[in-house]
Amino acid sequence: MTALLDVRDLKTHFFTRDGVAKAVDGVSFSVERGQILGLVGESGSGKSVTGFSLLGLVDPPGRVVSGEIVFDGTDLIAAGEKTMRRLRGKRIAMIFQDPMMTLNPVLRIDTQMVETILAHEKVGRAEALKRAREALTMVGISAPDERLKSYPHQFSGGMRQRVAIAIALLHKPDLIIADEPTTALDVTIQAQILAEVQKLCAETGTALIWITHDLAVVSGLADRLAVMYAGLIVEEGAASDVIENPMHPYTRGLIGSVPQGRAHGRPLQQIRGMTPSLLDLPSGCTFRPRCSRADEACLAVPALDTLPGERRVRCVHPFGEPCKENPVS
Amino acid sequence: MIVYLMRRIGQSLVAIMVMATLVFLGVYAIGNPVDVLINPEATQSEIAATIARLGLDKPLWQQFLIFVKSALQGDLGNSFVYGRPAVDIILERFPATMELALVALTLSVVIGVPLGVYAGLKPESIGGRSVMAGSILGFSLPNFWQGMLLILIFAVLLGWLPAGGRGETVQVLGMRVSFLTWDGLQHLLLPALNLALFKMSLVIRLARANTREVVTQDYVKFARAKGLSTRRVVLVHVLKNIMIPVVTILGLELGSMVAFAIVTETVFAWPGMGKLLIDSIKLLDRPLIVAYLMLTVLIIVTINLVVDVLYSFLDPRIRLSEVKG
Amino acid sequence: MTGEILATGGESAAPLRRTKADSPLKRILAAFFEDRLAVIGLVVFVLIAAFAVIGPWIVPQNPYDLAQLDIMDGGLPPGETSFSTGGTYWLGTDEQGRDMLSAIAYGLRISLLVAFVSLGCAITIGVTLGVVASYFGGRIDSLIMRVVDLQLSFPAILIALILLALLGRGVDKVILALVIVQWAYYARTVRSSAIVETRKDYIDAARCLALSHRRIMFRHLLPNCVPPLIVVATVQIAQAISLEATLSFLGVGVPITEPSLGLLIANGYDYLLSGRYWVSIFPGIALVATIVAINLVGDRLRDVLNPRLQK
Repeated sequence: MTALLDVRDLKTHFFTRDGVAKAVDGVSFSVERGQILGLVGESGSGKSVTGFSLLGLVDPPGRVVSGEIVFDGTDLIAAGEKTMRRLRGKRIAMIFQDPMMTLNPVLRIDTQMVETILAHEKVGRAEALKRAREALTMVGISAPDERLKSYPHQFSGGMRQRVAIAIALLHKPDLIIADEPTTALDVTIQAQILAEVQKLCAETGTALIWITHDLAVVSGLADRLAVMYAGLIVEEGAASDVIENPMHPYTRGLIGSVPQGRAHGRPLQQIRGMTPSLLDLPSGCTFRPRCSRADEACLAVPALDTLPGERRVRCVHPFGEPCKENPVS
Repeated sequence: MIVYLMRRIGQSLVAIMVMATLVFLGVYAIGNPVDVLINPEATQSEIAATIARLGLDKPLWQQFLIFVKSALQGDLGNSFVYGRPAVDIILERFPATMELALVALTLSVVIGVPLGVYAGLKPESIGGRSVMAGSILGFSLPNFWQGMLLILIFAVLLGWLPAGGRGETVQVLGMRVSFLTWDGLQHLLLPALNLALFKMSLVIRLARANTREVVTQDYVKFARAKGLSTRRVVLVHVLKNIMIPVVTILGLELGSMVAFAIVTETVFAWPGMGKLLIDSIKLLDRPLIVAYLMLTVLIIVTINLVVDVLYSFLDPRIRLSEVKG
Repeated sequence: MTGEILATGGESAAPLRRTKADSPLKRILAAFFEDRLAVIGLVVFVLIAAFAVIGPWIVPQNPYDLAQLDIMDGGLPPGETSFSTGGTYWLGTDEQGRDMLSAIAYGLRISLLVAFVSLGCAITIGVTLGVVASYFGGRIDSLIMRVVDLQLSFPAILIALILLALLGRGVDKVILALVIVQWAYYARTVRSSAIVETRKDYIDAARCLALSHRRIMFRHLLPNCVPPLIVVATVQIAQAISLEATLSFLGVGVPITEPSLGLLIANGYDYLLSGRYWVSIFPGIALVATIVAINLVGDRLRDVLNPRLQK
C-alpha cells in the first residue's frame, strides 16, 4: 500500500533582506492512512513551516524551493492554486496553535462553519447548518444551536479549539495537520482535547500530523515520531522506539528535559545553548555546537542513515552505536 | 449599556455647553457686543432698543443667562442681511450641505476602501505603491486647489460638467436634493469628489494599514486552510475586520466634512451652510456666524455621539465588554 | 484627529534594514536616505525654503513696490519680455504687471513664516502642557486632556475660521489661530509617549535623587518623546501651510498687503476661468510642491522613527 502522504526532500526558504533563512532544508517523511505522526522540535526548527508547506500556505517572503509532496498520487508542489484550494479543508485540514486567533472575531460561528462546507460542496444552507451542528456535537460541544449563533469571544480557549477541530472534521478529511493545537490551553483541557482527537481520528480513519515542541504530549498519541532540528529531520522512528531508545543526542536531550515520575529528585537535563539562527547555521552537523559528543567528524554534514526497524537517524555518533549498520562493505 | 449611553450623552452636553460659553465669551467679552450683534447701519433708537432687548446693559453673567435661554429656544438673533432669524436661514441651507457631505463620504468609502485593501494585499506591487503615492498627493493638495483643478479640467477644458451651483433639485421629505435629477447629479459630482478626495486618501491609508495587519492574522490563514476562495477570504474575512476602524473614523470625519464643505461650497458656489458662513463673514453678518457655529457644534457633537454608540453595536467584542461593564 | 491618523495610519512598505551604523541617529539617517522619494522630498523642500529665504535678493522685482510695476506689462503669459525693463517674465505677470516669479518668492516667505512661527509656538505650549500632564497626572492631567479632547473633536478649519472671523485678518492673527488649532496635537502626542516613560523605573530613580520636577520633566521625560513629536510636527507643518493657504483663499487669512501663496491663488482664481492660468496655477504648484515635499519626508520619518517597525 502506498503512503497517503509522501514528502521528499522538501525545502522551504524565506528570502529576507538579511539573507536566506532555510526554515525547511530537505525534509522527507511519509504518513500512512490513519497513522499519527508526531513532528517534534523546538520553535524555529521548521516544523510549523513544514505544515504550512504541505497546504501551500507559506506566505512571502517564504516559498517552497524544491522537493515533492505527493498526496494520494498528486504532487502538491506542482499542483496549481485551484487544485490546492479544493484540497484544503476538504481532504487536508489544519488546526492552528492559538484558538484565540484562529476564529475570525467578527464572524459568527455558524458563518465560519457553513462557509467551510459551501466552499467544497453544493448543499443548501439548512443542510450545511445541520452538518455544522453534528460536527459540534461530535467534538463534545453541548447546545450546538445556541453555540452556532455565538461569536468566538463568547467561548473559552478550549471551546474555541473544539470549534476549530469541528471545522477541520467537517469534510472528514484524509489528513489533519495539527500545529501545536494544545499548547495554548490549560493542562486539563489539553488532555481532553488530545483524547478527543485521538478518538475522532481512530473513528474516521483520518491520518494526523501532530506538530509540537512537547515530547510528553505526543509520545502517548503518535504512532511515529520525527524530530526536527534547524530545518532537518534528525531522527525518525516508531514512537515507542524513539522515546525508549533515543539515538540522536538532540532527541536524548529533549527527552531528558521532560520531567518524569521515575526520575524524581534528579536534576532535569538541559540542552545547552540556543537554537541557532536560521540565517547563520553552523557548518556540518547543525547541532554540533550544542552537542556533548561532537568532534571533527561532525564538521561534515551527516546523512540520514536508515537503520533496521524503520529507524532513521542523522548523526555521526548516535547512541546505541552497535545497532548501526555499516554501509561500507 | 444604558449607563454608558447616559455618560456619553452627558459628555456631549458638557461639550456643547463649553463651546457655547466660548462663543459667548468670544462675542460678548472680547469684542464689543454692540458692534458685533447690532447692524452697523442701525439707527440710534434701534441700537438702544436692541441693547435693551438683549440686555447688553446688564452684567456679563446675566447676559450669559439670557444668551443661553434664547439659544435653548432656538433664537440666536436676526440676520442683519436677511432680517430674519439666523437659525432659520441656516437650517434652509442645511440639506444642501448634508447632501454634499454624505455623497462625498460615500464616494470616499466606495473608492477608498477597495484601493486601500488592494494596496494592503499587494504592498510591494507597482499598483500598491501607486495607490500610496496617490494618497500622499490626495492629502497634500489643499482642498480649494483640488477644486480649482477639477473645475479647470472638467468644466473649463473638457466642458463635461458644470462649474458651480446646485442644478435642478427635487423635494424629498421636505428637503431639496440634487442627486435624484440628472442635472443635479452633474452639478453634485465635482464638489462631492472634491470634498471626498482628502478623506479618500485617509480611507486608503487606514484600509491599507489595517489590511496589512489583518492578513497576517491566524484567522485569515485558517480561512485559507479551510479551502475558501481568495475572493471570500478578502471580501468577508478581511473586509469585515477592516470596516470597523474605517467606519468609526469616517463617522467621526463626517463632522469635519461638514466643516470642510465651507471650502468646497465656496469654490463651487454650492448653496450650503458653508458658503453662507463665508458670505456672512464678508458681510459682517455676525448673528449668522454665531448661529452657524452653534449649529455646527451641535451637529458635530451629535455625530460623534451617534458614531460612538453605533460602534459599540458594530463590533461584537465591544458589545460584550460593555454589557459586562 | 486627522493629523493623528496621518501620523500613525500607514506604515513602511518594506521592513527596514538594520544598518550597522553605531549611533541611533546615524542609523535613523541611514534608513531615511534609503528611500529615494523621501530624499527627493527633502531636496525639494530645502530648495523651496532656500528660495523663500534668499528670494527677495534674486527675483527681478519687489512685487509690492508699486513704483516697480508697469501696468503696460499686465497679463503677460510666461516667457514674455517686459515692455519697460526688457527683462523676461518667466512665469508671466498678473493684470497689474506684477512678475509672478517675484510674487511667488514673497508669497512663499509669508506662507512658510506663518507655518514655522505657529509651529514653534504650538510645540512650546503643547509640549509643556503634555509633559506637565503626564508627569503630575491626576487632576492636572485630566483637566489638560479634557481640553485637548474637546478641541480635537472639532475640525481645525472650523476653529481657525471662527477665530479669524472674530479677530479679523492679519498675519499675527493667522499665526495665533494656527497655534490655538495645533497645540493640542503636540500635547496629546507628548503626553501619550511620556506617560509610558513615567511608569519606568528610571523616573522613580530620578525622583528618589530628589531632582527638581523641571529637571526630570525636561531632561529625562522629554527626550523620549522626541521621535513621535518629530513625526507629528512634519505632518502638522504641512497641515499648517495648507490651512493658512485655505484661510487666505477664503479671504479671512493674511491681508492683501502681505499675500501668501493662498491669497495669490485666490487673486488669480477669476483669471483662471478666462484662460490666464498662470496667475493662479504657478503659486498653486509652489504650494503643492512644498506640501508634497514635506509629506514625503514625514512619511518616511514616520516609518524610520516608529519603534514598532524597527526589527
